[in-house]
Amino acid sequence: MKRQFPLALVFIFGFAMIIQYFIPHQHSEWVNAFFMDWMMIIGIFALALGIWSLTRVSWDKVKHKRENWQYAIVTLAGLFLMIFFGFDYFRHFSTAVGSDNYMYVHFYQYIVIPIQATMFSLLAFFIASAAYRAFRARSLLATLLLIAALVIMLRFNPLLGPLQPVMEKFSVWLLNVPNLAAKRAIVIGVGLGMVATALKVILGIERAYLGKD
Amino acid sequence: MNIFDRMMSLDRRWVFLLLAVVCVITFVWGFSVPITISDEVEAIYNRFDALQEGDMIYMSVDYDPNALAELHPSTYAIAEMCFRKKVKVIFGTLSNLGQGMVHQAITDITDSVKQDATYNGVFYEGREIQNGIDFVFLGYKPYPAMVIQAMGLDFRVPFPTDYYGTPIDSIPIMQGVKNFDQCELVLDLAAGNVAEMWITYGHGNYGVPLCLAVTGVMGADLYPYLGSGQIFGLAAGLLGAAQIEKLADNPGRAMDGMRIQLFAHIVIILFIVMGNIGFLATRKRHKL
Repeated sequence: MKRQFPLALVFIFGFAMIIQYFIPHQHSEWVNAFFMDWMMIIGIFALALGIWSLTRVSWDKVKHKRENWQYAIVTLAGLFLMIFFGFDYFRHFSTAVGSDNYMYVHFYQYIVIPIQATMFSLLAFFIASAAYRAFRARSLLATLLLIAALVIMLRFNPLLGPLQPVMEKFSVWLLNVPNLAAKRAIVIGVGLGMVATALKVILGIERAYLGKD
Repeated sequence: MNIFDRMMSLDRRWVFLLLAVVCVITFVWGFSVPITISDEVEAIYNRFDALQEGDMIYMSVDYDPNALAELHPSTYAIAEMCFRKKVKVIFGTLSNLGQGMVHQAITDITDSVKQDATYNGVFYEGREIQNGIDFVFLGYKPYPAMVIQAMGLDFRVPFPTDYYGTPIDSIPIMQGVKNFDQCELVLDLAAGNVAEMWITYGHGNYGVPLCLAVTGVMGADLYPYLGSGQIFGLAAGLLGAAQIEKLADNPGRAMDGMRIQLFAHIVIILFIVMGNIGFLATRKRHKL
């Protein structure tokens, strides 16, 4: 029963959602909207689970003074301070008023935004270094990759003068012919794989999601 | 170790240093570079340019601050263009850190629109942009695929209230607006796989006319959808944003950033060429 009940639920709801997709009627739309609400509500539980997991792992690190435990304190402080300020000192639980809280806005604008933007900007340096080491004409395929990368980088470069329109045309061909063909093959392959996996889950052939118990 | 060996195995700190120097010099030295317009960006501009007063669009700001440099200029240029043309905008975000950025962008743009301006030879008188009349900001809800599908049925399913807590039904701009059917088009500004979810669920399920402004690395992945007609326009990276700014005749941070990107690319190319000269010369020597 412990295994059969979830399997039955997956089968019923899986097929209900497939059938619903092909019925253009207001009742069918209502069923769809009803399940959408449910999916979002269930999904939000995963958020709570994530907060609980992060808290437990970080607290464990601090408690046992594991490597870099000091950073876990920053993680926990960041997490709970943002929640505290986000709820406007726990005065507003169910409205977006907390988002206008002075501290919340300042933490977001002057800590979160610069941190994320800085981390992403650092990538430019690592990409430059990686490109210098990796783009070597070691074989025919590596040479093709190298040429493609150079063409894409140079396609709108005004310093190329009369060569620029040629480079632009070549880059358009690269993107619209070889790139398109390869990408479409991947997308179709992935799509068919997803359908096969979904059918295996709905029909109870794939049961890994049930766990080992 | 001869010169060719050195060319191949340069300490990466030299790469970092030279790139940093070039970025700083080009940032400080304020010259402009010519921007070439691509067809896929022009298609976006033309569609927005054809919008009439009173039309409505949906703008989904689905990126985190890490993609701010590449995508924020497009958000600013297009939202300002819409407000100037008195096109109504529904803002939403499917990124959990997007809310603050949308709020900030709306505040900045409404300030900007208060001033008179002339774009592409057309004079626009400054005016007050009002929340609920000219735009609505729905806010954020998790799980993008579900939210897109739910909005396709009715905006009220995932967003019973807007970001500021006002019930959707009491917002003037949302009167008679149920779902994407009332929107002329959807613009998704995305970093990550949300763009493909818009194609699958937004265009696939509901047939919304969709265009994308995405980060540079995502551009090549999304070209197939242009060819198939699932999206009608694509602006990739800072270059795409700069093209939008140029077409809108509203130069901003993207056009400003292009000279830095241009010279950073040249530095990277020079390093690649140098590494390959060293590699080929060394290989030739070993063969001999």
